[in-house]
Amino acid sequence: MKIVAKRPESLTETRYHYCPGCTHGIIHRVVAECMDELNIREQTIGICPVGCAVMAYKYFNCDMIEAAHGRAPAIATGLKRTQPDNVIFTYQGDGDLASIGMAEIVHASARGENITVVFVNNAIYGMTGGQMAPTTLLGQVTSTSPYGRKIEQEGYPIRMAELLAQNEGSSYISRVAVNKPANVAKAKKSLKKAFNNQINKKGFSMVEILSTCPTNWGMNPLDALEWLEDKMIPYYPLGEFKVKED
Amino acid sequence: MSKVLMKGNEALGEGALIAGCRSYFGYPITPSSEIAEYMAKKLPKLGGAFVQAESEVSAINMVYGASSAGKRVMTASSGPGISLKQEGISFLAEGELPSVIVNISRGGPGLGGIQPAQSDYFQATRGGGHGDYHIMVLAPASVQDMMDFAIEGFELADRYRIPVMLMAEGTLGQMMEPIIVREPVTDFYDKSWATTGCKGREPNIINTLHLPQDEIENRNIYLANKYKEIKANEKRAETFMTEDAELVVVAFGLMFRIVKRAVIEARKQGVKVGLIRPITLWPFPDEHIKKAAETAKRFLSIEISMGQMVEDIRLAVNGKVPVDFYGRIGMTPNPEEITQQLLLVAEKEGA
Ligand SMILES: Cc1ncc(C[n+]2csc(CCOP(=O)(O)OP(=O)(O)O)c2C)c(N)n1
Ligand code: SF4
Repeated sequence: MKIVAKRPESLTETRYHYCPGCTHGIIHRVVAECMDELNIREQTIGICPVGCAVMAYKYFNCDMIEAAHGRAPAIATGLKRTQPDNVIFTYQGDGDLASIGMAEIVHASARGENITVVFVNNAIYGMTGGQMAPTTLLGQVTSTSPYGRKIEQEGYPIRMAELLAQNEGSSYISRVAVNKPANVAKAKKSLKKAFNNQINKKGFSMVEILSTCPTNWGMNPLDALEWLEDKMIPYYPLGEFKVKED
Repeated sequence: MSKVLMKGNEALGEGALIAGCRSYFGYPITPSSEIAEYMAKKLPKLGGAFVQAESEVSAINMVYGASSAGKRVMTASSGPGISLKQEGISFLAEGELPSVIVNISRGGPGLGGIQPAQSDYFQATRGGGHGDYHIMVLAPASVQDMMDFAIEGFELADRYRIPVMLMAEGTLGQMMEPIIVREPVTDFYDKSWATTGCKGREPNIINTLHLPQDEIENRNIYLANKYKEIKANEKRAETFMTEDAELVVVAFGLMFRIVKRAVIEARKQGVKVGLIRPITLWPFPDEHIKKAAETAKRFLSIEISMGQMVEDIRLAVNGKVPVDFYGRIGMTPNPEEITQQLLLVAEKEGA
């Protein structure tokens, strides 16, 4: 029998705890496939967020560190500065990266830390039960914006890819989505570029990945994929925002 | 071994380098900044890592990263900055990540002042961050101690896989004294737990999350047992003329040196007074206190605070004899002022 697809070596056999239809799982898989294809599993150290991916250390088959909420880029800095030959990635949600950890991510990027950031934007706080995130869309109903996010009350959603692309220290910044196979393929390509960037010592890379949270969006998984396409992509356009030339 | 004249903060930095510390992450604050400046100057030449972080919150997490890789790593700050580091210290304690955290302390609460103080005693010895944990706390009393305790701090941190705090008053950081430059200690510590890439082994995980109820309880029991072991092995204190003392004074750090002169003076005036200097603030040297309480009639805690260590002394004497307190803050009392206090307390019944 010909094997057409198998579990990447960079993933353990532990079953995910994610909700049905949640795209965190797809993102784990493409990150792991990149690690396999680049043959970096044995030199990689991943840093987990606080959020739904808090237990990512059980899923990635490499050295892993659990971080306090938002602090992963600082931990990555301490690690990379003392272990420059390791490949370091952080895996962070939008609450983690764009809210409580805003200072850490902006400064890691400004310093041009040679790390790879996997930023999962699902426009909501998943783990704590669907509260508003800095990336929650205008009008979007969440448990702490029950009348829909309003500019006067909560201000505007933050576009992290565009924001960090402004930093001279950023070397590669992109936004991708995992709502359909073609986009997943593009996401993988972009992640691979971000890892390669680090391997070639080019500096800070971040891939923002638009992801779904069917549970807290109150939708079935298929509707969630459509909502991502119809509502998120218009506000969070896909593409590469910074590709530093040598 | 060479004798040199050094500033406290620099001696501490040099001690860290002697101990093999090659990474430093910090954010400036008076009166600790010379430590960052010293490390910024020295570390690049030694192939080490120095980063001025965007905040103390980041600095302590950079420490977390470097320590996860098994490196000897240090950060330093003062009161308000140490408050910000508490989140990270709680995580370091639970992750069992060895590290040295320096508090060149000043007066608080709030922004307070930059005058030397010992009023971060509670914060240092009671955990400070969330959860059921302790860190070790050493209190230097001289510039020589600043170097020696930095070296010792790294040893203790690795031996017990625990964060170690050095807490010194701002004055100690700023003053110069001649010191003997120490030799490094070369103990080997197993760091097979470190996250350095899993080549040739199973992946290592540094984790502080424990969702199952039995797991979190077992984890806390494990840590409590470690703290018990540290309490059994590492309580340190220095005593001075306590053998026949009727009045026993307890003072640490810079205050110890001032009180020592006052004790000598009071003895000349016929008062039977002795002195205990806690060197480890956690674990607190309660046995030294208990032993003195067998013969002493009265205790006096002298602190540069409104009275914090006095609670630990009271716990140790357990109601056996009265414990008085005298403290100043923003002001460091001179030996004459302390002598007056000793004479006053000695006149009280029981001493
Ligand atoms: C200091 C701190 N504050 C708050 C929390 C509670 N908390 C846990 S997860 C989370 C939100 C995570 O949302 P996000 O980063 O968007 O990730 P997601 O769960 O959506 O994947 C919050 C606020 C915490 N654990 N620590
Ligand atoms: S709560 Fe949302 S983000 Fe979290 S696992 Fe469930 S679907 Fe995914």
